[in-house]
Amino acid sequence: MPEIRYIIGQIVAFTFFAVGIGYFSNSPSYTYHDPSLALIMVSFSHGSERKEKCRRFTPEEIAELAPNMRRPMDCSRERVPVFIEVTMDGVILLSKSYTPTGLSKDGSTSIYESIAIEPGKHDLVTKLRDSSREDGFDYETTVSIDLKPRELFVIDFRKDLGGFYFK
Amino acid sequence: MLALKKVLRTIFEHIEDWFDVVFGAKWNPLYQLGALGWFYYWIVVVSGLYLYIFFDTGVTQAYTSLEYLTHEQWYAGGIMRSLHRYASDALVVMMMVHLLREFAMDRFRSSRWFAWFTGVPMLWLVFTAGISGYWMVWDQLAQYIAITTGELLDSLPLFGESIARNFLSDAKLSGRFFTLMVFIHIALPLVLLFVMWIHIQRHASPRVNPPKELAIGTFSMLMVLSFVKPALSQAPADLAMIPATINIDWFYMPVYPVLNHVPGLTVWIVLIAATAFLMLLPWMPPGKKIPVAVVNLDNCNGCSRCAADCPFSAITMEPRSDGSAYEKEAVVVADNCTSCGICVGSCPTATPFRTKSELSPGIELPLDPIKALRDNTIAASENLSGNDRVIVYGCQNSLDPKALTDANVGVVTMPCIAMLPPSFIDFVLSRKLADGVFLTGCRDGDCTFRLGIKWTDARIAGERDPMLRKRVDQNRVVKYWAGLTRRKKFFSEISGFRERLNKLALEKTEQSDVKENSENNNA
Repeated sequence: MPEIRYIIGQIVAFTFFAVGIGYFSNSPSYTYHDPSLALIMVSFSHGSERKEKCRRFTPEEIAELAPNMRRPMDCSRERVPVFIEVTMDGVILLSKSYTPTGLSKDGSTSIYESIAIEPGKHDLVTKLRDSSREDGFDYETTVSIDLKPRELFVIDFRKDLGGFYFK
Repeated sequence: MLALKKVLRTIFEHIEDWFDVVFGAKWNPLYQLGALGWFYYWIVVVSGLYLYIFFDTGVTQAYTSLEYLTHEQWYAGGIMRSLHRYASDALVVMMMVHLLREFAMDRFRSSRWFAWFTGVPMLWLVFTAGISGYWMVWDQLAQYIAITTGELLDSLPLFGESIARNFLSDAKLSGRFFTLMVFIHIALPLVLLFVMWIHIQRHASPRVNPPKELAIGTFSMLMVLSFVKPALSQAPADLAMIPATINIDWFYMPVYPVLNHVPGLTVWIVLIAATAFLMLLPWMPPGKKIPVAVVNLDNCNGCSRCAADCPFSAITMEPRSDGSAYEKEAVVVADNCTSCGICVGSCPTATPFRTKSELSPGIELPLDPIKALRDNTIAASENLSGNDRVIVYGCQNSLDPKALTDANVGVVTMPCIAMLPPSFIDFVLSRKLADGVFLTGCRDGDCTFRLGIKWTDARIAGERDPMLRKRVDQNRVVKYWAGLTRRKKFFSEISGFRERLNKLALEKTEQSDVKENSENNNA
């Protein structure tokens, strides 16, 4: 028969252990996002234009290529960075250039940004440049939003759908 | 590093002293950390199997199936869910304390690198399996985990498309995702079980079950906790709304809040560097490699006691190679040998009574030959006087008893107390080298070499070969497992023993006086 003091000792010690486990298994709480604010997420993946325009090979140049490598166009792999600007009620929230993925910078450009904002009605202007042009934007959309606290507003972009779209 | 280990070891030893008072040495959970880890693992598996029966892998059904279990079937499913969560949390606690304690006790270097090295990857498996479990609930916490884990994975330059993006709207989420999570949540614990099995491969008689009473105690604790504070889901995930204030499980997700402030790539670098550092720790610096046990075939009769007693599976019994009539011979696996000498203590030929031939047992440590142990014993006894002469045999991993050396106490130390063949006790007392023998070493239940105390206790009690001969007066043999911290009690045990020896001497004198008087009267 185990000594009674050890049984009592177990009960006391395990009570402390249980309190520790019970508490830290879901406390203290953590504030990931200020509950009084809404959130704008800019998230999409987009393949921008090639850095250099494709050039048609001359017949001589095609003849110089190995038979299995012959093609009509010479295209560089590298793509231009994607530049995006988000303005809310005239204030710039995001203005940033994103480099394409891949070792040769030939992949699509992934954008994932979160911006906490005051809830309520706002006018958003989203602009995107994905070409070699130095000024201006290739796409621009204006949208009015009315967000509640914690509400998520996603700015997405798909070229085949005509540019920006919102969720 | 040495100073840190010393400080940690002292802290552990003091806490363990308290736990010995509360639990008793046999039930002390700090001596059973690995076994408790196994126990919690099995609770998680059994409760998880029950939950799996009812879990539905649909986007909305995942949450509702768990709500059903928690509220409609609280008496079974709810309890199982709580056990699943709390046993998982307890597993993390056991694992981390186990890791810290093995480091503090310096039981991870030299020949003992293997258990450490295979133990570190388990951290990743346990944390990943646990986090995938929280993901399956698909509540606000799961949504937070999904977004944050996605962002963490996106920080690696491996994925073309953003993973976190999948959790920004319901449109991209399907039941297949939950099927994948179920697969991960089952596959990872299975891999974990395999690694746990590898982890204990170099341990003979590994402790994978805690003592029954401790198991009952810890299981009762989990049951009571499950009733008092059942594990609950948070509000259901809603991808149109961002999770704000979340109750996170700090045992599994201490890194997650950091991700809100530190770039994901930095977190990856720190985690991978920390893992690599931990895995390579046994070689920073490498432990001192002491010459391992050597078999002397001329004196080995292949009895296999050394193989049975070796705590680290460092001895195998192989067919005889020297043409002897004996069937087997002991072979030392040098990589596994910790040079503890427990094999020497088990060898029937390691007897100090041998006089006709050189004292050379079938197996021994090159740096601590058994002949030297006998010579040291004789030397330690030479200057003793009185009726309370004591030979103290101690191990080199607990407090140093050499400070005791005086006119009444001689001290002999060795790597582990189980290196001492019981015949040495008989030798000391029958040759009247001392009036008593005092054995000391690591604390009971926590031998540096795992099984040294257990085997010594069994040998002295006559329960395991080689046994202490019955002719030895047990009143003249005392064991006290002092460890490093029980100095005061150790000294009081020694002086108490000496008092008892004086009393025994007095009683003996009185008995001989009575006998002499009666003989005189008869004459």
